[in-house]
Amino acid sequence: MTILAQAANASPSADSFASVDALVQGLAGVGYIASRRIATALYMSVHLQKPILVEGVAGVGKTELALSTATLLGLPLIRMQCYEGLDESKALYEWKYGKQLLYTQILKDRMGAELADAAGMDEAMERLHGMGDMFFSEPFLEPRPLMKALREDDGCVLLIDEIDKSDEAFEAFLLEVLSAYQASVPELGVIKAKTPPIVFLTSNNVRDLGDALKRRCLHLHIPLPEASLERRIVASRVPNIEERLTHQLVGFVQALREMDLRKSPSISETVDWARALILMHADSLDAAMVRDTLNVILKYEQDIQMVEPQVSELLRTAQTTP
Amino acid sequence: MQHQMEDFIRALRAADVKVSPAESIDAHEAVARIGYGDRELLKDALCATLAKSEDEVRRFDRAFDNFFARDPFDFATPPPPPEGGEAAPPEAKLEDVSEEAAGSELAQIILAGDSTALSQAMERAAQAAQVSEIRLSTQKSRLTRRLLDEMGVAEIEKIISQARRLEGEGGNALADRLEAGRKVVAAEAQRYVQRQHDLYAAESGRQLREELLARKALNAEGGIDPVDLQMMQALVRKMAKRLADRYSRRRNRARKGHLDVRRTLRQSMAYGGVPFNVVWKTERVDKPKIIAICDVSKSVAAAAQFLLTFLYSLNEVVDRMDAYAFSGRMIPVNQILDEHGVDKAILEVLKLIGFQQTDYGRALQDFAENHLDKLDRHTTVIFLGDARSNYADPRLDIMRTIHERSRSVIWLNPEPESYWNQGDSVMNRYLPFCHLAKTCNTLDQLERIIEDVLRQYVPH
Repeated sequence: MTILAQAANASPSADSFASVDALVQGLAGVGYIASRRIATALYMSVHLQKPILVEGVAGVGKTELALSTATLLGLPLIRMQCYEGLDESKALYEWKYGKQLLYTQILKDRMGAELADAAGMDEAMERLHGMGDMFFSEPFLEPRPLMKALREDDGCVLLIDEIDKSDEAFEAFLLEVLSAYQASVPELGVIKAKTPPIVFLTSNNVRDLGDALKRRCLHLHIPLPEASLERRIVASRVPNIEERLTHQLVGFVQALREMDLRKSPSISETVDWARALILMHADSLDAAMVRDTLNVILKYEQDIQMVEPQVSELLRTAQTTP
Repeated sequence: MQHQMEDFIRALRAADVKVSPAESIDAHEAVARIGYGDRELLKDALCATLAKSEDEVRRFDRAFDNFFARDPFDFATPPPPPEGGEAAPPEAKLEDVSEEAAGSELAQIILAGDSTALSQAMERAAQAAQVSEIRLSTQKSRLTRRLLDEMGVAEIEKIISQARRLEGEGGNALADRLEAGRKVVAAEAQRYVQRQHDLYAAESGRQLREELLARKALNAEGGIDPVDLQMMQALVRKMAKRLADRYSRRRNRARKGHLDVRRTLRQSMAYGGVPFNVVWKTERVDKPKIIAICDVSKSVAAAAQFLLTFLYSLNEVVDRMDAYAFSGRMIPVNQILDEHGVDKAILEVLKLIGFQQTDYGRALQDFAENHLDKLDRHTTVIFLGDARSNYADPRLDIMRTIHERSRSVIWLNPEPESYWNQGDSVMNRYLPFCHLAKTCNTLDQLERIIEDVLRQYVPH
């Protein structure tokens, strides 16, 4: 596998991709606690050289997975944030129009001199043709994330974030890049990656993605974690947290997720909360403390109002959960 | 194993997990890499390659567990000799019965209590009997019989009767054990067929029912069977989601590729006439706005639930939609739809104003008095109703105002066109003020029309 060979040069942790278990450990080493399903999907993605489409609610660690993989492999991470209206010129490449214009202005006299002694229009035209291409060459090319990723000779991790926010037309454009790891620039020809990048696409399910795109990707859905997994995540992200606090906090968040909230807290909120509590020197949860910091885990006023009166009760449930 | 993968993929397809040939190649490659040894690993790897959405993952998990479930068969072991008492007479051997009995594979398996061999034999027989071709639950008993035949149960029965005729106790003992084994095999075959049915047919049966439902008339006599109600609601939700996916994100896309000469020249003045900044023409597309007005009176009682369900789903997915319902009076129902779950919201609306005498004129007047300011040239108004006004004044003047103020007016009528001007229907009098009026009494029609509406009348 080319990727493995490359990665071996880049970092000693390439052994991580030898098996799924090793990968789980490797990811844990860089601070990402992965379930086996996550690790298996990543493992398959690297070995089958397929992009991996990661879905899940906001804050379950989709983007984090790409970051951690990059750290683990010691490869650069190239990130492309998608939005409505994103197009080729922003994603792949653009000609530096201003620079082209500036150069033509500066070189105007020089070009005039070159052409001055041309005998007749035809010859002047001929010479101009010879010059024309120089304005559409590498120095005038502005590479955008996709192009950059294709030109990383040692491979890289390409993160296409929130692909569901882009237009359908852009999704279709991505197909060539994702299936052949190449892109065509009319003036320069086809640019093909020497080492295919490891591609992550993330989606929040704002809209359904096309079947053609899904077919080319492996699919990974990251659910909200179970209590035990979440405790390990908190412990790994917030190293100096007391075990008792972790227990209470995760129990409380898990209880919140059972409720009918507009936005359930996800892992990132749990971690933020844990950090906030550490800052406040809390070593265990009490109702007053929870009420004061509720806005860290709940992002809507209605949710906060709904939860506030039930805090003590929820805390009791949190204590009793295993 | 190749064969098993193919069967599994077929089971997935039956469970409504779309698997393309390219994906099945991926799956084979994945399996080639990780092997069949670790069940969890296999499951996760196949899941990553084959299931492509959250829903599909759920269905995949179920199909996988079902497909690769291999419960050990439970053979009755020969009873231990009674302690202290006389030892039971030795059991007769198969060879004692007849020559062909000795050759019976199934009999040997039963006597050996070899469950692995039995499950292999059953797989082979199932392939010969084409059990996995099962489509309907009525085929179950026939296929079970065929499966048993293929396994050679008839032979066992013959051996049993022959054994009973043998001299001495041994024959009966053998027959009893074979009899017990035969029962286990029969039960097992039944379970096997049941599982195959769950894998390959249950889902396609559901799809068939969904298709029928989508074409069923909403205002049919007696309405929709309560059994089908939930499935219908799920269908409606799916449909609304599909429509919204396709149309809600097409707004405010700027038109590209046209040079704005005037602004480019203006900007170039700063650079001595050199056009450093090129300005392209853009066009901001309006956001669509929909006003849906739904009749929930007695005459459309059967259809009302579904029109409301549809309103509900549309309300969830379209950003800017105002929903109203009326029979005698008209009320805005957005808040109700927002606050409650679908079932409760519909009940609530029906409780508030449902099933009364229709009065279109009155309802239009309510709308004109309270909500006319909601109309502007971006608004599409959708009426869902039969236009049966109980001979009251239809208030054509208000209809005309609505027509003039909005971008378009669309009327969806659950009655066929031939009924439109009969009795107290005033449909034909409203017609001049509608940009589009159509019969709509099945889900299929509803989806097609709403799609047309969105494509044609909602700017995108």
